[in-house]
Amino acid sequence: MSMGNILEVKNLHVSFKSYAGTVKAVRGVDFVLGPQQTLAMVGESGCGKTVTAKSILRLFGRTSGEISKDSSILFHDEELLNLNKRKLSEIRGGKISMIFQDSMTSLNPTMRVGKQIAECIRLHNKISREEAMKKACDLLRLVEIPNPEERLKNFPHQMSGGMRQRVMIAMALSCNPEVLIADEPTTALDVTIQAQLIDLLRSLRERMGMSVILVTHDLGVVADFADYIQVMYAGQIVERGTKEEIFKDPKHPYTWALLDSIPNRSQPRKSRLYSLKGTPPNLLLPIEGCPFAARCRYCMPVCKKQAPTETSFSDSHRVNCWLNHPMAPKDVRKGGGAQ
Amino acid sequence: MARFIIKRVFYMILVLWIVTTITFFLVHSIPGDPVSAMVQDLPEETRELYLEQYGFDQPKIVQYIRFMKQLLQGDLGSSLRYPGRKVAEIASSFAPVSAQIGGIALAIGFTVGTILGIIAALNRNRFSDRVIMILALLGTTIPTFVTASLLQYVFTVVCPIFPTTGWGGAEHMVLPVACMCVGPLATYARYMRSSVLDTTSQDYVLTAEAKGARTPRIVMFHIFRNSFLPCLTVLCTSVASIFSGSFIVEKIFAIPGLGTYFISAINDRDYSMILGLNIIFTGIYILSVLVTDILLGVLDPRIRLAEKN
Repeated sequence: MSMGNILEVKNLHVSFKSYAGTVKAVRGVDFVLGPQQTLAMVGESGCGKTVTAKSILRLFGRTSGEISKDSSILFHDEELLNLNKRKLSEIRGGKISMIFQDSMTSLNPTMRVGKQIAECIRLHNKISREEAMKKACDLLRLVEIPNPEERLKNFPHQMSGGMRQRVMIAMALSCNPEVLIADEPTTALDVTIQAQLIDLLRSLRERMGMSVILVTHDLGVVADFADYIQVMYAGQIVERGTKEEIFKDPKHPYTWALLDSIPNRSQPRKSRLYSLKGTPPNLLLPIEGCPFAARCRYCMPVCKKQAPTETSFSDSHRVNCWLNHPMAPKDVRKGGGAQ
Repeated sequence: MARFIIKRVFYMILVLWIVTTITFFLVHSIPGDPVSAMVQDLPEETRELYLEQYGFDQPKIVQYIRFMKQLLQGDLGSSLRYPGRKVAEIASSFAPVSAQIGGIALAIGFTVGTILGIIAALNRNRFSDRVIMILALLGTTIPTFVTASLLQYVFTVVCPIFPTTGWGGAEHMVLPVACMCVGPLATYARYMRSSVLDTTSQDYVLTAEAKGARTPRIVMFHIFRNSFLPCLTVLCTSVASIFSGSFIVEKIFAIPGLGTYFISAINDRDYSMILGLNIIFTGIYILSVLVTDILLGVLDPRIRLAEKN
């Protein structure tokens, strides 16, 4: 791992206690994030991508999320998992900030948005209320909200979903963070607004020179925005690489399935859009072999017995799949996804 | 806002009239009459003479019209049991006593209950939460007369610090207030706990945490106000009930409050007293609902906007 990394996540295991047992949501995730890079975590619901993102700031809310002892999350070589509450709260919103999926419920309904942004500013900077408000106003202008002076005085319910998400972004950027974690920032919004927000995020990323971790299941957004992609399945990273490597030369059957389920303009009109059958494994139980084996079209006997190890294709491109073993059949992928 | 209040006042008058009418016919349909409730072996002629004097021999509808006429002039009438004493006068001299005890009890119960509820919620499933919730359960389930007798026994017999009964100084208020605040305290503790728990799992609390706010700040600025709003609705309606007093507590501690009067008025078939007090209580209740709505509008921006539209 090179020295220039801002964030290094090693062997991350996260589990949740429930009445049914312990849900192992994240099972050994490693990744690094360099300066001004955008890393996208993709995968279907419940694959552990959001939990991984929230673990960085230990934001589990009232859930019973617990990061295992041997996990490590280094931010500028400082172990985030050992930080006390005070230090952690300095990082949160200051150095690393986060925006959430549902902008409709992520803002306090009884507090004016200006005050909510100013609160974040004042938590990390020693400045007066007035100065913080002025800065909040500038931030609203930065995220392209028209009439920012008036909007400061609005309550969240007086704004549209897209505008609220802009407020969330303004809040997240208020202290010039080095890392922005965006947890499905556009999922709850309609397509036009999605595109606008992605454009906004892209231009802000350039302007502020921050790194971004983007959690999403929308590969269209990823193609637009990300430098690196890691595909997650059942709490593990099954394939990772640069955007080009993942889109042009995917190696994991799950990545194939994901890519095949993107609607394509060249597809015949009446054909059915491919969708992956089956469900991910139950995370309450230990997984034997490859977690994807049960749904994999190319499943071999070994897949059910032993978990694959990572095969490297380049510095960035690595895959967890037995198909890349020298003894496995070559070039199994059939063109097109439709079965 | 003015339009909203005017509209509400109009509704209030309507509700008041409906309640008055229903009460009037209910009261008059109770078997017996004020005269025979007072004196049992009155000669039939004398009894009828009395009834005639008060107009009780006339058809119900005539009595109703007469009563409403009188009411529209702002007169609640005189007590039948205590001739010469106006209902309004009795209410204004005894309601303050009930309101004093009830008000203090509610203030203590609400404040302490709310605080305990927050503590319980923030320590969910820990020891302090369990203790508070068990006490709250006892508080809501043990009847007032048990608490009252128990307090009386402990503080006047076992270690005599407070007077057993009576009314006058502050020392007379301690025990009645103590046993009247148990109920609200327990109720608000339970209510606030669930409200805080509900708020704590909201997304915006996570946002506040992600901003770098620490727990005390999150509780103060993000949880408290949002979880307090539902409690406010309950509070305002219980404010109304303090004027009517607690019959049980007033009886046990021999306090000259309105609660005792209200119950004895029913036994005495004191029609004008029952009706008058009922109108007053209804009025206060409706008024406090209006105050709640206005207060909620002030505290909750979402409601404010809805009213404007």
